[in-house]
Amino acid sequence: MQVEVVTIERLVYSGEADMVLAPGAEGQLGILPHHAPLVARLSPGELVIRREGAEEAFAIGGGFIEVLGNRVVVLADTAEPAAEIDVRRAEAARERALELLRQRQSRIEAIKAEAALRRSLVRLRVARRRAPRSARHPEDGIGDD
Amino acid sequence: MATLRAIRKRIRSIRNIAQVTRAMQTVSASKMRRAQLAALATRPYAERSWEVLGHVASRLTPRQMREQPLVRERPVRAVEVVLVTANRGLCGGYNHNVISEAMDFIAAQKVPVRLVTVGRKGRDYALRHGLNLVADFELGDRPTADDVRPIARLLMDDLEGGLVGQVWLVYTEFVSTLVQRPKVQLLLPIQSAAVERQVPSGVRVPFLLEPAPEAILEPMLQRFTELQVFRAILEALASEHSARMVAMRNATDNALRLIDEMTLSYNKARQEAITKELIDIIGGAAALERVQTPGTLRRAAP
Repeated sequence: MQVEVVTIERLVYSGEADMVLAPGAEGQLGILPHHAPLVARLSPGELVIRREGAEEAFAIGGGFIEVLGNRVVVLADTAEPAAEIDVRRAEAARERALELLRQRQSRIEAIKAEAALRRSLVRLRVARRRAPRSARHPEDGIGDD
Repeated sequence: MATLRAIRKRIRSIRNIAQVTRAMQTVSASKMRRAQLAALATRPYAERSWEVLGHVASRLTPRQMREQPLVRERPVRAVEVVLVTANRGLCGGYNHNVISEAMDFIAAQKVPVRLVTVGRKGRDYALRHGLNLVADFELGDRPTADDVRPIARLLMDDLEGGLVGQVWLVYTEFVSTLVQRPKVQLLLPIQSAAVERQVPSGVRVPFLLEPAPEAILEPMLQRFTELQVFRAILEALASEHSARMVAMRNATDNALRLIDEMTLSYNKARQEAITKELIDIIGGAAALERVQTPGTLRRAAP
């Protein structure tokens, strides 16, 4: 089946897949080819696209998924390929967001800080789960900064 | 007539100006391309989200659709205007054009206007003219969706909180490198007719919806609003850079023309100076000859 992951900023992924695992707002969604038509909300979490044994993971910050015919469209608020996540930077971002939330000056800053915190938490979760794999393939984590 | 040295000095300073404006032109050209690409990259999301929106909306009655918080028509007792300008000048009429478009629009309103500015030039104008500025945002050269989300949030909150009945965007539409047009566009409430047009006619696919349609539609319309604001800002940015590019190209051309003209008058002045010197020398030589002539005569006499 055809899978597309888009964010407001860009087309993140487009290609064939055998299975999609998405963090549905009401529970994990596993989508195989010829799934019934579906539109669902997604929570911040890990989106996994499987194809012929290989896996691609994205940290997404919530959004929507639509399955229609043999096509899956993920409208993600944010989406980052797992390989591009820098754990140290994500950790630093989480600290910063927490600090901002503690101070919370204005409404706008609070919204920004909250969103930043949510994103960095998801990023860390995805990165940690993927860590052993990228340790085996060190080139995965290098050179994308 | 200007002295040679004064002309030389002016030529040198104009040449420096031309160098600066040419550099700015090149920088703006690359920034414009970047902003254009960024604006184009929002298209896949825009297209897909319209489709999905249509599919979800097909599960609601038009009435339910019109009762969505971001769609519902409210009595317009005040409006919010979002003015998108540049942070800096040196871009021809870019800021002036979009600001005067916004001022015309505001002047035509019969209800109080709350002004939200994005960009320093618009804010400065609002402050100078004592407009009702309620929020001011300043974005960098590469705005991300995260930068724009708070702006959209504020606008949606003001609408849903009943502070305003409509939200309008005033920004500069990017038509081409040479043409940018100020544009006034209704952002909120979202026109239900536009959404209904997306509803696929014919076979209605029985979608599974998780959770209920309304619960999906609302955040989807929020994302949609963010997208509109984001796209407007990226287009304004592309317009700004292309306006600056054109302004700087004109400035460079003018500087080069001035250099040509001044080089010409420099050469003329130099030629005149040489001629004058020659006249002096020849005149001097002739005078000497006149002085010497009697002597020669005397020597030749015996």
